[in-house]
Order: sequence, then C-alpha cells, then structure tokens
Amino acid sequence: MSEIIATLKKDYIYNLMIKGKRQDGRGFKEFRDIKLETNIISKAEGSAKVTLGNTQVLVGVKLQPGTPFPDSQGEGVIITNLELNAIASPDFEPGQPKEDAIEMARVVDRGIRESGTIDIKKLCIAVGESVWIVHIDVHILNDEGNLIDASCLAAIAALMTTVVPNEQHGIGKNVPLAMKGMPVGVTLAKIGSKLMVDPSLDEEAVCETKLTIVSSSDGSIAGMQKMGPVPFIEAEVMEAIDMACEKAAELRGLYLEGLANKE
Amino acid sequence: MSSMSDKPEKLITDDGLRLDGRRADEIRPMKIEIGVLSRADGSCYLEWGRNKILVGVFGPREAHPRRMQRADSAVIRYKYNMASFSVEDRARPGPSRRSIEISKVSREAFEPVIMAELFPKTAIDIYVEVLQADAGTRTAAINASSIALADAGIPMKGLITSCAFGKVDGQIVLDLNKEEDNYGEADFPVAMTQDGEITLMQMDGHLTPDEIKKGLELVKKGCKEILEIQQAVLRKKFETPVEETVEEVTDTEDTGNKIVEAEEPLEYASEAAVVEEALEEAEELEEEQLCEETVETDAVAEEIPEFEELENIIKEAEALVEEDTEEDVVEAEIEEEALKEEALEEEALEEEALEEALEEEVLEEEAEFEASFEAAPEPEDFEELEPIEEEVSSEVEEVEFDSEELAYEEAQLEEETGIEEVASEETFEPKPKIESETKTRTEVPAEEAVKAKVEPDEKKCEGPWKVVKDPSESGSRGENE
Repeated sequence: MSEIIATLKKDYIYNLMIKGKRQDGRGFKEFRDIKLETNIISKAEGSAKVTLGNTQVLVGVKLQPGTPFPDSQGEGVIITNLELNAIASPDFEPGQPKEDAIEMARVVDRGIRESGTIDIKKLCIAVGESVWIVHIDVHILNDEGNLIDASCLAAIAALMTTVVPNEQHGIGKNVPLAMKGMPVGVTLAKIGSKLMVDPSLDEEAVCETKLTIVSSSDGSIAGMQKMGPVPFIEAEVMEAIDMACEKAAELRGLYLEGLANKE
Repeated sequence: MSSMSDKPEKLITDDGLRLDGRRADEIRPMKIEIGVLSRADGSCYLEWGRNKILVGVFGPREAHPRRMQRADSAVIRYKYNMASFSVEDRARPGPSRRSIEISKVSREAFEPVIMAELFPKTAIDIYVEVLQADAGTRTAAINASSIALADAGIPMKGLITSCAFGKVDGQIVLDLNKEEDNYGEADFPVAMTQDGEITLMQMDGHLTPDEIKKGLELVKKGCKEILEIQQAVLRKKFETPVEETVEEVTDTEDTGNKIVEAEEPLEYASEAAVVEEALEEAEELEEEQLCEETVETDAVAEEIPEFEELENIIKEAEALVEEDTEEDVVEAEIEEEALKEEALEEEALEEEALEEALEEEVLEEEAEFEASFEAAPEPEDFEELEPIEEEVSSEVEEVEFDSEELAYEEAQLEEETGIEEVASEETFEPKPKIESETKTRTEVPAEEAVKAKVEPDEKKCEGPWKVVKDPSESGSRGENE
C-alpha cells in the first residue's frame, strides 16, 4: 500500500527527522488537523466521517437481528469490515481485500471488541434465538496515510451515535447503542529510533514499521499491533505506549466526549 | 467467543499453579523435530503443549509469478494455514482473515533476520500447517519456522523466537494455554531476535502499561528458554552424521503427545535437558564422525594437491624475496597455511551455494556471484595477509596464472641465492606440524586432508551462514553439516 517513493524524497524526510522536523512542519507528537462529522448517512444506524489531514474515512454502522454464535447465545455480534476502495488511492485495486486491508480491519475490530466499549450483553433480543448483529463498515475514501487511526476514531464516533432500530423491528422504542469507554487508536511510525504520531503517506513509506496502540478511557491498553519488518526494542515500546495514551486522551477529549454528552 | 458456562472458577490456584500445573513464568513443554519432510528444503515439526505444527521451507527458488520477483532481494512468503480438523468446531478450509493477518505479521517477524538480499529474484516460501491448535499457534509456528529456515540453510542473522504472555485472573503469566486464552484478560504474542529486538508484537485484551512492562520482561525469559531448545535441536542435527531415517507417525493418545518419531533416537528432540545431554555425548564423537560424512570432503580432497603446489611455490618465493631467516619462513608458512585453509573453505562454500541452486540456471549464476562475495577475506585477515590474498581469490585461472609468475620469480631468485633451497625444504616439513597444532586432536594421516577442510568450516561461522550455528560457540560445535 505504500507508494513508491523516490529515494530523494526518502532522504529528505529522513534527514528532516534527524533534525527533529517533519515534512509538513508538525512536531513528532502532533496530529494533522482532524475533522469529525457524525450522522451523515441517515440510512445507517450510525455514521461518522473523519478527515485527518487529507485522509478521509467514512464509517457506517448497520444493525440487523440475527442468530447468535452457539458459544455466546445471549450476546450480540460485532463484525468489522474494512475495504481499501480503489477510489482512495492509485495503489488500491478492486477485488478481494488484501492482507493490509484485512490487518487494518482486524486491528480496528480488536480495539472495539477488546475494550468492551459495546455492551454486547445488551444486544440480546431473545437468548439463543435473536441478537443484534452490529456491522461496522469502514470505507476508506482517500488515503493520505494513517488510515488506522482515522478508522478507529470514525468507528467509535459512529458507534456512539448509533441508535438501535427497535421500532423498525417491532421490539420497542429506539434506544442509543449501549456504550462504555472510548477506545482510541494511535499509530506511531518508527523512523530510525524516533517515534512520531500520525504518519503521513510519505512518512509511512519511509518508516517501514508502525505500531498501533488502542487505549481505553481508563488508560489501559486494549489492543496493539506492530506492522512492518523493522524491530522494536522494549524501551521504544514503553515510550510508544506513553505517547499513545497521551494522544488518545487528547483526541478523546477533543472529539469524542462531546458526542457522549449529547446522548 | 467464550461461553461463560465452561469457565473454570479459577485459572490460577491459591498456591500459584495454573490449570496445567505450571507456574506463572513457565512455558509449556516443547518438542522439536527437524528435517521431517523429505521434499522440503527445510522442515520442522513442533509440539508445544497440545499444539502440533508442521513447517516446510522451500527455496530460495525462482519466484512465481514473475512479477513478484524483486531485483535486489528474495521475496519471503509465509503461509499460515489451519487444518480444518485442528480446532474444536471444524474450521473452513482455506485462508481466513485471521490466517492472512497472522501470515503477514509472521513474515514481518522474519524479514529483519533473513538475508534475502543474497538471493535476488527468488522466493523463500515458509508453509505452516497447524495440525492441532491449542492457543499460541502463531508463536509456535514462528518457533518452528525458525528451525525449518535454518534446516533449509537459509542465511539468517539469528534465530527468531516467539512466545506470548497474557493476563489471567489478574496475574501476568507466560505462554497461555487454551483455557487461559479463552477466559483470560489479555493475550500478547511477541517474537524477538536473539538480541531481544521485538519483531512481532500484537495484543488484545486489557492491560495497563505497567503490566505490559512486566509481561515483556517475562516473555524475554520465555524466549530465552525456547532459544536454548532451538539451538540444542540444531546443534544435534548438524553435529551427528546424517543418516537415512525411516520416519513414522506414532499416535500416543490424545494427550498432546502425538509424536513424529524417527528411528534414529538422536534425531528426536525432547526437552532441552535431554537434548543437551545427548548433545554432550555427540560432541565427544564429533571429530571422528565428521570426517566421514560431509559431501564437500571429496571435492576438497581433490583440490588439495593443487593448493599444495601453489602454496609451496608461494612460500618459496616469499621466503626468497624477503630473505628471511628460517624461523621467519616458518612463520610465513603458518600464515599461508591459514590462508590455504581459507581458500579451501571458500571453495567449499562456493560449491555449497552452487549445489543449493542446482535447479535454476539463474540461481546458479547468482550463487556464484555470492560465493565470490563470500570469498572476500575477512577484514582482519586482510591486513595481515594482503600480499597473498590475490592468489587465494576464488578464480582458479587467476591462481594458476599467479603461480606461473611465482614459479618464474622463484627460478630467477634461485639463480641469485642459495638460501631458498633450505627454505623450500623447510616448507614441506612444518606443514603437518602446523596442522596438528591447530587441531591438537587425533591425526590419522589419511584424514588430515579432511581435517584441513573441516577446520576452515569454523571460519564459515563468521560469514553469512552463521545462523545455522551457534555464534557463541564460535566453531567448536555444529559447524559440520
């Protein structure tokens, strides 16, 4: 998914990094501008669009009744899907999702699932027979780097604005989706021995290795994923965790807590 | 995924024991067998707890489809596949999203250590079959792949070792079993290099940063233990004679002890301790055994006369030119001796590389290229032995040419002085002496040639091939394949 990047550009970014600078003038702990819009697709039970710099991600949440898994008869089901649409980059091709897309989808899914932000017990309609299936569909519209963070943020925002369509199925009044906590994913790119948040497309191409850390409201970690071949040492991991938790708290305060208050 | 009804009340008892009787910092018993598939270039069968993993490595071989090829390195492909019968509820055959993700991160775990740049345009395929799954299959598969890669002779900078930690009943524990994985609070698989650099890291669940720190310490310990097992298995395989073994699969109940048993007991690796005992015995036998087994032996033995001639000529010439005393001459000889050995070793390396690449013409060319690469002397040697280097360089023609020159020089010098006669006589004498010195071991004269070539193999450890061996042993064991 990384674009072919000219060696010159690579050198340029690398040399800037050594001087403690970034291509677009940001600090190492600075995100690009984020714009979050919610409820933009009325047909969906919940939706959100995140614009992170020029990266654009749209998430739609659909709820449908379905049968529970045999080993969790009283719990709702979460299904996360992410596609790298060909519209988002000249590097993406139509067809079956490739490993990058699958990995991203699973990282986003893990953050939501493992943080327990969706109270799946409350998604039971009739034990063993019918539960709500929550489809979280992540649509990548424009890839300018750091799709995972944008996707995580859009997904949680969409979920926070999701309404369970009980009326439509004749099972009572519509209620907001029961949520607790707000997991936020923060991806750090490792260039040399430096870590920087929110890598742009070029930085992703240069860095080779990224580490995504999804942290919950209580400061605990709900999911991690190292992506790329360059190893990390333990000290870097701990540094990354600190940075990620700090930034996640910041994003949560800026974008998500407002949504929670609306409910 | 978890049905709460089956959840055991406690995953860790009050006296700190886990359901399978382990303590928090203990890994499950691991059994590794190497070279279990005859058609694969390298293979490994691994059992870890009730996990049963089979790995086959193919390549470097021509990469297909061709557009996958990379002009500057090999492509590494890692396919993790679960047998449909490997889990409680039948898994749908074929790649799942989970297995695709695991394949990706596992491949990335190996990319830092595999020296792919040595094999442009080729592919190195690592095929993982999970025959029985019981939590921690990706870490088990990585441990097995490490061995299979080494078995295939793929140059690596070191072994990759993998282990998970997790949180169970609020406690950080090493290497989760199935129950702990299902009902525990977190799972954190890690793979690392021998130096402790983390090449794979995933996590799901609920952990605080402090718990992660603690877990990483724990997992380091686990990886160290696994590394010892891996190294022991490799040493054993490459220390003992490679004999034809008939292998059969024996089913010893479903206690997780299904074992692929080889008839030759030494081939079977059990716990590290057992392995190491056997290892020590094997070590004692080492020398004698080594002499007979290697394929390279013949090739090198043939070449020895050539080198002897060359060597003598060089020595004489040098002695003359420098007008050294007899002692100096002997010293020079010692150096040259070492050089010769190197040359032999390089030849052997070259041949090895060629053999590996037999099938593909393209590959052959590349192997030659590499071999010439490897033939470049080590930096240290460079300083000391500069004058002789040229002759030693791998091109046979070159060597012959040089030797002619030297012969000519020699003749000239002979006319001028009489010293060289003494010197040249001496050159023949000390040779056996030196050899026996370097070895300080048994010396059946007929085997000397063989030894001379066995020794250089040690130096091979310093080259790109060192992974297969244990660097810490620096050539005392395991250097003979």
